[in-house]
Amino acid sequence: MTDRDLDPALKRLLGSDEPEIGCDECFAQLDRYVELELAGAPADELVPGLRAHFVGCPACAEEHESLRALLELDSVS
Amino acid sequence: MPAFDTNPDVSALAPAPGLEEWHLDLHAQGAARDEAVARLHALLLRAARFEVFRRRGSLPQLSAVELDELAQDAADDAAVSVLRRLDDFRGESSFRTWAYKFALLEAAVKVRRRAWRDREVTLDPERWESFAHIGPGPDDDAETEALLEAVREGIRTALTPRQRQVLVATVLEGVPIDVLAERLDSNRNALYKLLHDARRRLRAHVADAGFPEVNE
Repeated sequence: MTDRDLDPALKRLLGSDEPEIGCDECFAQLDRYVELELAGAPADELVPGLRAHFVGCPACAEEHESLRALLELDSVS
Repeated sequence: MPAFDTNPDVSALAPAPGLEEWHLDLHAQGAARDEAVARLHALLLRAARFEVFRRRGSLPQLSAVELDELAQDAADDAAVSVLRRLDDFRGESSFRTWAYKFALLEAAVKVRRRAWRDREVTLDPERWESFAHIGPGPDDDAETEALLEAVREGIRTALTPRQRQVLVATVLEGVPIDVLAERLDSNRNALYKLLHDARRRLRAHVADAGFPEVNE
């Protein structure tokens, strides 16, 4: 059995052992991370630990999606 | 009240402010600062309305006016946070992006808490098995069954009561972390650290039980 075979609910329960940052640090880095993403820069290399945090923290993941979506809306309005 | 105040159509949001350096006036005094604060609030209200609109499906009981009041409250609270933390802005993103995240956070937290306001949250860490949707199903093989038993045993024996409480509430019950933080008189960062430590302990227990792949 590999990690990929785990049930999604079990994955959420066990989390990942990838290095990740906490919610406060995520908030501090979020604006820079999203601008890097939208610029096509390697955001995960430049701001390590955020991607793994989004996987483990649905609330921060939602706010990441919202900030990205709002900036995308701004760019076309 | 302008039409966009209660219109749930995203295209009706106020246009995005320009990228001028007006925010420097937030450090000033007098009329210049007042004008900058007003612009800041408009920016934050735009973001808060955007977020409330995105999450409105979780608040079907609220009218358009009530949703807008929620967005207004979020913008007000975000303005306080931004003004208190102006010195934290180091120009690593645009000021607009930096300010937006405060409004999105405030709005998202208010929506989650409002959606869960009348819902019971089970805080008894020993009640986890009644929520454990991780029991073996009819199609699971013996290996999966052994893995699930290792997980159940880990939850039972490897975690502190507090870790069990947070893991069960957030992962098995699906309680948003901000809602749980409010009920436990804690904060998101502290609870997430507890959750992170609980997951690490659980993975270690399951790996020791013969499933090292959970740590790969």
